[in-house]
Amino acid sequence: MTALTQSQFFAQLKRYYTFYTGGFIAFVIVLAILEQMGVTPKVLGYLFLAATIALYAGIGIMSKTADVSEYYVAGRRVPALFNGMATGADWMSAASFIGMAGTLYAAGYDGLAFVMGWTGGYVLVALFLAPYLRKFGQFTIPDFLGARYGGNIPRTIGVIAAIIASFVYVVAQIYGVGLITSRFTGMEFQVGVFAGLAGILVCSFLGGMRAVTWTQVAQYIILIIAYMIPVVWLSVKDTGNPIPQIAYGQALQAVTVKEKELNDPSSVLGAKEAEVRALHKAKQTEWEDKIKTLDAAVATGTGAQFLADARAKVETELAELKAAPAPDAKKIAAKEKDLKEFPPTPDALKAKWKKAADGAKAKAGPVSAHAAAFSGKGAEKKLLKDNPSAGAEEIAKARAEDEKAANIKRNNFLALVLCLMVGTASLPHILMRYYTTPSVREARTSVFWSLFFIFLLYFTAPALAVLAKFEIYHHLVGSSFASLPAWVANWSAVDASLMKVVDMNKDGLIQLAEITIGPDLIVLATPEIAGLPYVVSGLVAAGGLAAALSTADGLLLTIANALSHDVYYKMIDPNASTVRRLSVSKALLLVVAVLAAYTASLKPGDILFLVGAAFSLAASAFFPALVLGVFWKRANKLGAIVGMLAGLGVCMYYMYATYDFFGGVAANEWFNIKPIAAGVFGLPAGFLGVILGSLLSPAPAKEVQELVDHVRYPNLEGDIDTQAA
Amino acid sequence: MQLTDKHREYWRRNLNLTGILLAIWFVATFVASFYARELNEIVIAGFPLGFYMGAQGSLIIYVLVIWFYAKRMNKMDQEYGVHEGED
Repeated sequence: MTALTQSQFFAQLKRYYTFYTGGFIAFVIVLAILEQMGVTPKVLGYLFLAATIALYAGIGIMSKTADVSEYYVAGRRVPALFNGMATGADWMSAASFIGMAGTLYAAGYDGLAFVMGWTGGYVLVALFLAPYLRKFGQFTIPDFLGARYGGNIPRTIGVIAAIIASFVYVVAQIYGVGLITSRFTGMEFQVGVFAGLAGILVCSFLGGMRAVTWTQVAQYIILIIAYMIPVVWLSVKDTGNPIPQIAYGQALQAVTVKEKELNDPSSVLGAKEAEVRALHKAKQTEWEDKIKTLDAAVATGTGAQFLADARAKVETELAELKAAPAPDAKKIAAKEKDLKEFPPTPDALKAKWKKAADGAKAKAGPVSAHAAAFSGKGAEKKLLKDNPSAGAEEIAKARAEDEKAANIKRNNFLALVLCLMVGTASLPHILMRYYTTPSVREARTSVFWSLFFIFLLYFTAPALAVLAKFEIYHHLVGSSFASLPAWVANWSAVDASLMKVVDMNKDGLIQLAEITIGPDLIVLATPEIAGLPYVVSGLVAAGGLAAALSTADGLLLTIANALSHDVYYKMIDPNASTVRRLSVSKALLLVVAVLAAYTASLKPGDILFLVGAAFSLAASAFFPALVLGVFWKRANKLGAIVGMLAGLGVCMYYMYATYDFFGGVAANEWFNIKPIAAGVFGLPAGFLGVILGSLLSPAPAKEVQELVDHVRYPNLEGDIDTQAA
Repeated sequence: MQLTDKHREYWRRNLNLTGILLAIWFVATFVASFYARELNEIVIAGFPLGFYMGAQGSLIIYVLVIWFYAKRMNKMDQEYGVHEGED
């Protein structure tokens, strides 16, 4: 292939991937026919996973390479369009693919912070980073910090920040892989994790960036097909319009009408809803009373005794269940699980009960309007309900309270959007992709294609969330427990954390407050809600797997490259031979992958928070030093060191002080900003650090200023050359 | 390597373009979200405007901003003679 010109190469790629897409569609059709002939869903699930992983492995093996430039930057000849697809797959994780629509379903407008944040960041990539990094043209992001600011310290800080942000993120991806494999094949979660790990390694191990690029293109094609088919089908079914992004306006109106009805106790549906909410309210009070007795026990120093008593109670209940004349295996298993996971400390027990109380509290309140932005806490409504003849002063006070709560929500929304955007523009695994295009021109076009391909999924997710809500409000609410729709029965049997319906008021009918839905359910169940055959569910699983694998690949490569290229080659042994550099890189890749898989198999809690935290950390550490490195010639080494450390430090300190996982408390919050958006403080600290540090020390040397000119102009006469072979 | 006035003008125009596009990005993101409650009062084709911006409108603007930047800069490279050779 080396003899091809860029345009011939592009034509050849287009031919390959068109053929590949056709082949994949034919494969899905064959499986659909097999399903009609009576092949079971489990076998179909295995076939899907095995076939797609074999496919990625095939591409990985075909792309094996012993060339440094091929290994680190895919030979710098990935055309803009294909780099765009690869970036899309690299970017969209299991959480985007499976979780996004569910988050939007649950959070309504407030969830849109993720939709905007994870797309708008590309504007920053396009305007501030991609073209300049491409002109610089080396292998990693710490490379740029090292060259621009000189010395090993900025590079080292860059390496550390890149590893922290990427490792947290890759653990979440491998976790996602484990979930999907175990759900669709019935394997144990831990086995699923390591099976997925094999899938990840076959792509990246032999061919580095080159193999990862071409598999990511293949994975993008699968994931976008898998996402679109069920949504389009659902849209046709519910609205008669095959373009969900337009059609859901109609569904949104219908949902809004229904929300009002459900919140109106004088309507038939609303009255039933109110009944169930009262039951939730009673449960909430029950939990809160339990917490009070626990608190009292802790205050008098008998917390440990209380905990032991509570545990003994579960043990007695288990013994009673086992001794029953007709033991119920399911109940016994549930109790055994309770006992196994019984909180070890009074604090943990309190946290568990608090969660139960909050869950009941959420269900006891009215449904919030899907499209409403930053709703208040309902103080005015509550006041008027409790005291219909409240005076004007009281009403004004309640209103002010609502306004304040709404403004805090708004500020957090804006802060989160900013962190996600700047974080997007700072995550090394994304920035690295723009080293792989043939030219600055192609890098700019490539950011456009990247966002375009990401946009296809992200602007569909809000439509899917509303269509699913329409379906549940109109077809599930009010239907009878005796004749549950098949998809509800199926999913509640598979996993109660995804779908659970309980007839709380024993009226035989489903009320909205009786339905519990896990965020992953929406995407996973859409094919069945739309009445599509099981083969489409398999396709969705394959899409989710593609999303998780592709992101994990990009991240692993980033970590391994930071260690092998930046630490080993640039700092430890600059004279290492090519063969040695690549074998070190591959060995490290393996070590990091196994470490990440091991961490994921422990099922760490709060994984979602940690992923969000990765964005804040990357934003605070990288963005100021990278952007000022291009746009401000005066920025120098001391500035970069101070800025990166200040950004990272403020961000980490804030998380540590405010997030309960690290023992922080919400009372420490500044301006009521949640710890996930810590970058909103780290980012200005970073900029300030770069500026102050630079002004306090001499201007950078002439060579550095020339380097800045070099990256600013795609082509200069008599230009220096920084591109690594 | 000596920068000419033409080079400096290229960089200045790049900064102007970057600034304008960044302002559009800022309005589409932060101003639109800040006033989401007020914008939601306006309903077009079933969509409250504030919600629509967050779900789709701003995203479309982002795609257009990046498309325009790439097109404009790639042309400006040619105008100022700082473009790269074919391949």
